[in-house]
Amino acid sequence: MSGTGAAGGEVAVQITGLRKAFGPKTVLDGVDLEIRRGEFFALLGPSGTGKTTLLRILAGLERPDAGTVLAARRRTTVYQEPRLVQARRVLANVTLGLPRSSRGAGRRALAEVGLERHERAWPATLSGGEAQRAALARALVRDPQVLLLDEPFAALDALTRLQMQDLVGELCARHRPAVVLVTHDVDEALRLADRVAVLRDGVFAADRVIDLPRPRDRDDPATARYRRSFLSHLGVAAAAPH
Amino acid sequence: MTLERATAPPAPADGPATDGPATGATGATGADGPGADAGLRPPARLGSRPRRPAVSPAVRAAVPALLVAAWWYGSGSGRLPPDVLAGPGAVFGALRELVSTGQLGDYLLASARRTALGVLAGAGLGLALGIAAGLSALGEELIDPVLQMKRAVPFLALVPLLISWFGVGETFKVVLIAVAALAPMYAYTYLGVRSVDRKVVEAARGFGLRGPRLALAVIVPSALPSILMALRISLSVSLTGLIAAEQIGATEGIGYLVTLAQQYYRNDYMVLCILIYALLGLVIDLVIRGVERLAMPWRGQVSAR
Repeated sequence: MSGTGAAGGEVAVQITGLRKAFGPKTVLDGVDLEIRRGEFFALLGPSGTGKTTLLRILAGLERPDAGTVLAARRRTTVYQEPRLVQARRVLANVTLGLPRSSRGAGRRALAEVGLERHERAWPATLSGGEAQRAALARALVRDPQVLLLDEPFAALDALTRLQMQDLVGELCARHRPAVVLVTHDVDEALRLADRVAVLRDGVFAADRVIDLPRPRDRDDPATARYRRSFLSHLGVAAAAPH
Repeated sequence: MTLERATAPPAPADGPATDGPATGATGATGADGPGADAGLRPPARLGSRPRRPAVSPAVRAAVPALLVAAWWYGSGSGRLPPDVLAGPGAVFGALRELVSTGQLGDYLLASARRTALGVLAGAGLGLALGIAAGLSALGEELIDPVLQMKRAVPFLALVPLLISWFGVGETFKVVLIAVAALAPMYAYTYLGVRSVDRKVVEAARGFGLRGPRLALAVIVPSALPSILMALRISLSVSLTGLIAAEQIGATEGIGYLVTLAQQYYRNDYMVLCILIYALLGLVIDLVIRGVERLAMPWRGQVSAR
């Protein structure tokens, strides 16, 4: 799978002049953004910079103060926590709010994330990674045009995180939604995204297409150059080159 | 035979033969064992000790059994006069008498019918109002103030008013029990709905669930532990309502039996009624526990104890 995700897809997210303030603190100060179907967009930024706010505005959970926010109708979100209903079995969680006829689709989505044998399990019996995969299946079964990922790997252990990142990359390449991944992990962004932006002081301090072949090599010099550049935009002193 | 050597390495000839814990300080100290001089000890046990499964029920039953034994002995030896507390024999006699005339069955049935109707109406309304108030801000604003006021009024204070509205017949009794059952059902359901994880609710809203569908698919299942606790409290309060209702204008029912016992100074009947109420409480508790097991199978894997 080469990294030319943006080509050809219709526009799924279109934001112009987006502003949002919480009290005196302006977190989004005139953001413009366009994402196409099949494009994997990662948004980096230090804590409290408003990247999650941007995602929540796209999800319809927050209202913008100013600007235009347009997005395709079918949008689903995977959060940092799985947010499963503990009182319902895994399959019922996946097909939450869908008609009964969607149980087959729910099973297929569970199979895609490798949980086909857990459809009758209670969420509390799942491991952190399994619960997050169930949350991913719950998002995928709705065939999203826009997939919103709010630090979905942050609470996982390091090994599970790598496996989940690969799974998400694979599934997004297959289903080709427009993806917005909010993260503070530069390596994660470089592993998955076609395009990475850094949000700082309410605007994109950087917005670059990542022109690297896949699967991405963390230790590739080109990757390292991107990493240094993004880290310096994030205000972290770049590590000395090897 | 390298395998054998690997499983049984030769013991160091010079080491002291201690069975103490292995520490990093081997050989650093004298003959007292490696850890003793450094003040090392096995960690004190702070976790809970495992108990044999039979212990808990035995301990639970011990105190009630002791009380019954004391009652038996007290009345048998004459230290507990029958006008203070009728003995087990007299109470059992009263029970046999009531069973043989068929009165006990009739009375229990009458009381059960009133309680069922009252609880169905009162707790049902409390449940609906609690969910509505817990779900929406508008519902909370409309419902909560009135029900908080109602909760501040002891339901027994409503007896005269209810009699003037409904007379002393069946309607009055059922309404009084319903009024008693309503307040706790509302209060605990409301609390339960409010304490459902807001993040889960937000996610469900994101998937397009609203109103009744959100309530049925997410809120009620998640709040079920609180709702069943609400039902438990509601039922026990309704027993109080039952006594109050049946002491006025009744010709049958457990509360009527209490009134009879009082009128005729039948201490054996009084004790019997108390035992029946205690038994009813136990039965209610057991039934709710059974319902909890059936309705909340996921809790088996979640509960903290």
